[in-house]
Amino acid sequence: MSKKTSYQLMQGNEAVAEGALASGVSFFAGYPITPSTEIAEILADRLPESGGKFIQMEDEIGSIAAIIGASIGGSKSLTATSGPGFSLMQENLGFACLAEIPLVIVNVMRAGPSTGLPTSPSQGDVMQARWGTHGDHPIIVLTPSSVEEAFHYTTKAVNFSEKYRNPVIVLMDEVIGHMRARVNLPPQSMVERINRVQPNMPPEWYLPYERSANGVAPMASFGDGYRYHITGLVHDAKGFPTANPNEARDNIRGLFAKIERGFREICLVDYELMEDAEHAIVAYGSMVLSARSALEQLRKSGIKVGLIKLGTLWPFPRFALEHYLPQLKTVLVPELNMGQIYREVLRVNAGKSQIEKINRVNGTIIAPDEIVKTVKGMIR
Amino acid sequence: MKQIKTEIRLAGSGGQGLITAGIILAEAAILDNKNVVQSQSYGPEARGGASRAEIIIANGPIYFPKATWVDILLAMTQKASDQYSFDLKAGGIFIVDTTYVNQIPTSSALAIPISSRTREKFGKELFSNIVALGVICETTKVVSAQALQAAVSARVPAGTEKLNTDALAFGRKLAKEAIKKNNGVEVEVIEADS
Repeated sequence: MSKKTSYQLMQGNEAVAEGALASGVSFFAGYPITPSTEIAEILADRLPESGGKFIQMEDEIGSIAAIIGASIGGSKSLTATSGPGFSLMQENLGFACLAEIPLVIVNVMRAGPSTGLPTSPSQGDVMQARWGTHGDHPIIVLTPSSVEEAFHYTTKAVNFSEKYRNPVIVLMDEVIGHMRARVNLPPQSMVERINRVQPNMPPEWYLPYERSANGVAPMASFGDGYRYHITGLVHDAKGFPTANPNEARDNIRGLFAKIERGFREICLVDYELMEDAEHAIVAYGSMVLSARSALEQLRKSGIKVGLIKLGTLWPFPRFALEHYLPQLKTVLVPELNMGQIYREVLRVNAGKSQIEKINRVNGTIIAPDEIVKTVKGMIR
Repeated sequence: MKQIKTEIRLAGSGGQGLITAGIILAEAAILDNKNVVQSQSYGPEARGGASRAEIIIANGPIYFPKATWVDILLAMTQKASDQYSFDLKAGGIFIVDTTYVNQIPTSSALAIPISSRTREKFGKELFSNIVALGVICETTKVVSAQALQAAVSARVPAGTEKLNTDALAFGRKLAKEAIKKNNGVEVEVIEADS
C-alpha cells in the first residue's frame, strides 16, 4: 500500500447529502424513494448532529409543504425524491415559485412514467422540472454529471435558492446518484454559503414583496417580529391578493426578471475540446460520461469533435450553443429520454447545423460505442 | 505511463453481499492510489433478485462508469454465470462459486465452491463475499493484499474484523488450492502491483 491519500470513495447521493450540509442546510423533510433514499438516510443521521432537523413525512406533498414552512421560518431546507414523488410535489412547487420561498428539491430520476422502472436510470423529468407545475414561472434546474459535481451543484443550488428566493431543482440521474467514485471534497469551511437578504427596516415599514435594486425582496423569517402575509394568489408588494392588472404584471414579471438578471451566473456550462471542433456532443448527467469516452475514441481517429456539457438545464444556456454553432457541422444530443433537450437544441440551432439525437428509454444507458458509431454515421 | 484499466463484475443475487464487496474492492483501489468507479444494478427486492456490482480500476482517468467487456468476472449464481460469461474479455479471469453454479460454461473458469466452503469453515455463508474478495485478490492481484485487508477492516461492522480477516485469508487459501488443482495452469496476472 502506498502513501496515505485524501481521496475517498463516495456515492453521488452521499455527495448530495454532504453538499447540503456544507452549504448550511438545516432542515430536511422527505419520504424515501429509490433511487434517492440514501440522501434521506444520510441526512437523518447527520442533520441532528449539527443541530438540524430531519422529518420523515407521510408523503411527498407533506414533504414539500414542510420544507416550505421551514424555509419561511429561516432554515435552509431541502428534500430529495424521485419521479413519482416529484409529481406529487408539483402543486406546492408552484406555490414556492410564486411566494418566492428558497428551497431545494433533489430529484434522482428513474425511468417513468408512473412507477416506471424503480431502480433504472432515466432523464425523463427534464421537461417536468421546467413545466411540471402550472402557470408561467421561472425555475432553476442544475444537473450534475459526476460525484464531485453532485456535491458542488448541491451547494450551488442552495446558494442560488437563497440568492434569488426561488426553488432550485437538482436533477440527477440514477447513474450519478448511485455510482461511487474517488473524490476529494473541500472542507466545509471552504464552501461558499450565501444567505438570503433579511430586512433591516423596522417591522412596521416592511413590505415583504418590495423588490430591491437586484430584483429580489428581502425575506424576513416568521418569528422575527415581521408580520406579513404569504399566499398562492397573485399578490402586491404587501403580500396580499390582488387582481389589479398592473400589480399582477409586476408580480409575475418580477419573478422572471430576477432570474434573467442572474442568467449568466446561473448557467453552468463546460466546454471540452471545443476550440477546433467541427462536431459537438451536447450532454448532461450520465450522458457526459458516455460522451467523454466517445470523444477520446473519436479524437484518436482524427475526428474534430468536442463536448458541450450542460450543468444547468433551466434556464436553458442557449449562449453555449449560439457561440459554437457557426463552427459546427453536426451536433449530437444523446439522452435517456425521447429527446427533451434535443428540442431546445433544435430551437436554438434554428436550422444552422445538422442536429441528431440518440434516445434511450429502456432503463439502460447509452454506451460510448453507440455515440462513436452515430457521430461517424453523421459525418459520412 | 501505460494506461491500465481493469473492469470487474461481481454478479449473483441480492443478499450475497456483492455490492458491499464491490465497495470494499473500490476502497482498496483508492488505498492503492488508483482511480476507481463503482456502480451497481439490482432489482427492487432486498434479497433474491439479480444483483451485480461493477468496479473499474485504472491508473488514469475513467470516463464511462459501467463495465462493458470485463477482465474479471465473479459469478455466484447460475443465472449470473449464464448471463455474463459472454462479456468476459479473451484472457479474462472467470471465477464461479460452484455452490450455486452447476453448469460452468467454460473449462477455463476457476471453479471454487465459495459459499459451501465458507459455511463449513464459519458456520454460515455470511462471509462468502469477503472470502470471494480473498479469491479475487489472490488470483488477479488487482488490488494489493494490504489495501484489501485495510479496506475490509474499515468497512465491516465493529467487532467482526477478526472474523473477516480470517475470511479473507480463507479466500486466498481456496484460490491457491484451486490454482494448483487446475494442473498448475497459471491464471494470468493482470497487473503486477508495486
